[in-house]
Amino acid sequence: MPTVSMTVNGQAVSGEVEDRTLLVQFLRENLRLTGTHVGCDTSQCGACVVHVNGDSMKSCSMLALQAEGAEVTTIEGLASNGELNPMQQAFMDNHGLQCGFCTPGMVMSAMDLVAKNPNPDEATIRENLEGNLCRCTGYHNIVKAVQQAAKTMGG
Amino acid sequence: MAENGIGASLKRKEDPRLLLGKGSYVDDINRPGQAYAAFVRSPHAHANIKSINSTAAAAAPGVVAIFTGDDMAADEVGPLICGWAISSKDGSPMNMPHHTCLAQGKVTYVGDHVAIVIADTQEQAKDAAELVEVDYEELSAVVGTADADAAGAPQLHENAPNNTCFDWHLADNKADVDAAFAGAAHVTKLDILNNRLVPNAMEPRAAVGDYERSTDSLTLYTTSQNPHVARLVLSAFFGIAPEHKLRVVAPDVGGGFGSKIYVYSEETACLWAARKIDRAVKWTADRAESFVSDAHGRDHVTTVELALDGDAKFLAMRCSTKANLGGYMSLFSSAVPTYMYATLLAGQYTTPQIYAEVKTVFTNTTPVDAYRGAGRPEATYALERVVEAAARELNIDPAELRRRNLIQPDQFPYETPVVHTYDCGDYGASLDKAIEIADYAGFAARRDQSKAGGKLRGIGFSNYIEACGIAPSAAVGALGGGVGLWEAAQVRFNPTGNVTVFTGTHAHGQGHETAFAQVVADQLGVPVENVEVVHGDTDKGPFGMGTYGSRSIAVGGSAIVKAGEKIIAKGRKIAAHLLEAAEDDIEFTDGNFTVAGTDKALNIGEVAFAAYVPHNYPEGVEPGLDESAFYDPLNFSFPSGTHICEVEVDPDTGTVEIVNYTAVDDFGTLINPMIVAGQVHGGIVQGVGQALTEGAAYDPDSGQLVNGSFMDYTMPRADNVPSFNIDTTETPSPLNPLGVKGCGEAGAIAAPAAVMNAITDALGTENIDMPATPEKVWRAAQAAG
Amino acid sequence: MYNFNYQRASSLDDAVAKLGAASDGTLLAGGQTLIPTLKQRLASHSDVIDLSGIGDLRGISADGGGVTVGALTRHAEVAASADVPAALAALADGIGDPQVRNCGTLGGSIANADPAADYPAAVLGLGATVNTNLRSIAADDFFTGLFETALNDGEIITSVTFPTPQKAGYAKFPNPASRYAMVGVFAAQMGDGVRVAVTGAGPCVFRVAEMESALAGNWSADAVAGISVSADGLNSDLHGSAEYRAHLVTVMAKRAVAAAG
Repeated sequence: MPTVSMTVNGQAVSGEVEDRTLLVQFLRENLRLTGTHVGCDTSQCGACVVHVNGDSMKSCSMLALQAEGAEVTTIEGLASNGELNPMQQAFMDNHGLQCGFCTPGMVMSAMDLVAKNPNPDEATIRENLEGNLCRCTGYHNIVKAVQQAAKTMGG
Repeated sequence: MAENGIGASLKRKEDPRLLLGKGSYVDDINRPGQAYAAFVRSPHAHANIKSINSTAAAAAPGVVAIFTGDDMAADEVGPLICGWAISSKDGSPMNMPHHTCLAQGKVTYVGDHVAIVIADTQEQAKDAAELVEVDYEELSAVVGTADADAAGAPQLHENAPNNTCFDWHLADNKADVDAAFAGAAHVTKLDILNNRLVPNAMEPRAAVGDYERSTDSLTLYTTSQNPHVARLVLSAFFGIAPEHKLRVVAPDVGGGFGSKIYVYSEETACLWAARKIDRAVKWTADRAESFVSDAHGRDHVTTVELALDGDAKFLAMRCSTKANLGGYMSLFSSAVPTYMYATLLAGQYTTPQIYAEVKTVFTNTTPVDAYRGAGRPEATYALERVVEAAARELNIDPAELRRRNLIQPDQFPYETPVVHTYDCGDYGASLDKAIEIADYAGFAARRDQSKAGGKLRGIGFSNYIEACGIAPSAAVGALGGGVGLWEAAQVRFNPTGNVTVFTGTHAHGQGHETAFAQVVADQLGVPVENVEVVHGDTDKGPFGMGTYGSRSIAVGGSAIVKAGEKIIAKGRKIAAHLLEAAEDDIEFTDGNFTVAGTDKALNIGEVAFAAYVPHNYPEGVEPGLDESAFYDPLNFSFPSGTHICEVEVDPDTGTVEIVNYTAVDDFGTLINPMIVAGQVHGGIVQGVGQALTEGAAYDPDSGQLVNGSFMDYTMPRADNVPSFNIDTTETPSPLNPLGVKGCGEAGAIAAPAAVMNAITDALGTENIDMPATPEKVWRAAQAAG
Repeated sequence: MYNFNYQRASSLDDAVAKLGAASDGTLLAGGQTLIPTLKQRLASHSDVIDLSGIGDLRGISADGGGVTVGALTRHAEVAASADVPAALAALADGIGDPQVRNCGTLGGSIANADPAADYPAAVLGLGATVNTNLRSIAADDFFTGLFETALNDGEIITSVTFPTPQKAGYAKFPNPASRYAMVGVFAAQMGDGVRVAVTGAGPCVFRVAEMESALAGNWSADAVAGISVSADGLNSDLHGSAEYRAHLVTVMAKRAVAAAG
């Protein structure tokens, strides 16, 4: 089996994978970083969103081997010393999560959104979260959370 | 009240682990040496299985074992069950088909389970599953609810003639109701569809069955809303293992909405197979499997009629429904379209006479079970659509017609003509508040403004009632339910004064770890951070009935309060001894036992320590401070409210935009208003999804699910909905110690009627069926000119 | 997903060689269609040849009469580019979702020629030229049918050259579930005439001559308001009948012209 190497959450990692192994499978099974989830087969739900070289991407729609040499950040890589980062804190403050399954992908997408658009209005936030499905929150409090985070993150 | 007790919008205890990626969902769990399962599923909607040849599959790389229905039958694994017996009008029992875990001889829907293939890796199991050769004799299929009992329709089950499970009614009063209709000044009639929904919890179902040979014990990690019930069913009905040798763990579960109540074939087969191969077996659904194998929701065809007198007072209602059960029965599939549905048709109104009849039919589709609201959204939809239609026909303001017929606050307890006795409410108060928040008075001007911009604006009401807190066991039993629906709790003071609370309910997004801790903190005067709530593991805490039907706070929360009362009672004895006072003189407030009229006091933490180190201790009192309680509710609880939806329709494309949505709900006492609001938001969007975008579509000939992925099944996304205006009124329920009513389903119950009333108002049409897709709306707009 | 042999191409020639050597190889660009298709076991290939290591296929360069976009340029990069026509950037900004736009590529999209993809409308609507390792193909000749193009075996798109329009606009009615185009209309006023291209409605992107001549005489939404396409041969599915799609072609054409200004 081929070996793949990349940097995940700042640490150099490598592992043996099948050619068909997806990035999300490598993260979850090889590295046991199970915060990144799989909620669909069609690249629609966004539960698997991680950052690859700084951009949010769906780790279920990318082969592990495609990420050779890449810098990958997962939900586990956002906090420092167990402290929630401002986006995570905003989700908690605004009750932007219920069952928590979509949450890691939602947070990773929201991080990318705010990085590229520091002052998003409600419509912009809603449009930019179109790749992330949530069945619990009705999105209301997720939008509020992203608004708060954008403010605290210096937008 | 303790800080962060009842009424505080406390941030959730669950959140840090979930936000840090440290949640533990079933698919996150790996057991040493585990193998992986894939299921061979029927590609046909209806077929006889002539033979199964797994020779090639068994030789594929990594394959460990392949089992079929015959293998499970040889081990005498019992059939899947339905938990509620319903009788037909003529008294005959329902026709429940034999439903084996893996099909034997016949499949009745696309996705039906034919074999389990177990291999060293997930992909190997899937590779091998494709190599299992099944020789099918294809049969004609029937998928439509309306056609299922027609003459000549393909027959699914030998013991269910005309594909009919039962033909039930409530109650034997049809002649009286018909007479009321005959004398009515006005009758409004509507034919409506309640569309079939795919629950689509974001976490797909998953299971890990694990076997320990040395103790002959099994553990099932599963995505369940009711792990204790799952254990009971797996043990008592399926015969997989005796209860004391079976542990069921439902860890973090990523949403349920009813779809994770049922005890399905997949987890049953994985658990059974783990013992067969002496190795853990893991299965995780991919979304395509979820679409065909998770129990669907709703799917009714209904004719509803409302009779009114000359003053527009409701005289009587008739409701005739055909409900689709799918290929087999599910756990609650008989109760949902009967006692969870017809009993709610009185709504908030004084309608004196109601006759409802429900026929349930089998079709070659995925089985149908409870889905958020379960019967109550169907009732609300039928009632609130026909009320709105009557208002339009009579040219009466829809709010005024409702107001004229509301049950008044002084009429409680109010006995409806359809079984229930409502506890309390002030329906006019929520209606008035909603009207104010929605600026109903300003609607006409907004409609004119929309018209000037080429858009059509409409507004719709939905006054809903629901029966939550399911349910008094004796009542459930009298109506055919197979279990008691009490709840259990254990409140354990640890020697150092913090508290571990065990509940038989299960949270999968509802925030019980926070809200239940607030209840305990409030009652026992312990800081909320010193209270830990444990659920989801049959080896931890008492047997409980689980979470569905907005029952957890009303029944499970009440059980916790009952256990807390026992703690206080025992603590009072201990404190009296230590304070050298009479027990009757001890008062308990804010966590302190005080001798009345003095400053002599002991904190409950000190009392707990004394209970575990009983050196100086009252005679005859057991050591320890750890109490359990079972709570069987006195009645259902009856949350209610008014939702008002305002839409703007683009007549050129048929696109519907929700421009304003107001919800005013009465949930009784609120434990954590932040969590309650979140439940309302989510429920509304599921209701909006039902109204605008969602609906399982089957090809009528092949019986294939046409929209079996997120590429075709339209889930509401962030940009489909607005932010909501929500508020509450509060009439605490007198029937449980917390005064709570339940809030989990309200949004999904109220929203469909509000949205559809708004769309039909905008278009000026009498009816349009859900989901109101752009093409349907465009066509209706064309027809309406 | 069926297993396959993953290979990374170091150059165009290397990609061609690897593809030629494979019994049933396919090219991987952004992967936003290919990977989900493989995952669902709807396709299988002996070899998947990743083009992403070929650096000179990515980037946007403006020259005299237009702009050339490398085949591996991602949708997000086109969306953010000031060098491409505004209507093209807006179109790219509406493809899929942000995560798809961060991976998906122009070359991958048009090589796949999904009837509901957005890019074919712009390529045909602007009369672009598709450049391959072997030749240049006019847009009018490129899209040949349902998931079919003029590309031959071993032919790889390297870039697309878009002429600069005087005016251009794109309007899309998305499939409510997938967000692909149920109907997307690209209308452009070019130096040598008007082009109107429709995606999503039919099995393959197509032009509407009647709208083009009407707009040539009168560039306004009103000019196309009375022109409808025949529903015959248009796509029909759960989300929209052929008749509805035909109606939407007119509505989206009006909106595309209005968006163009």
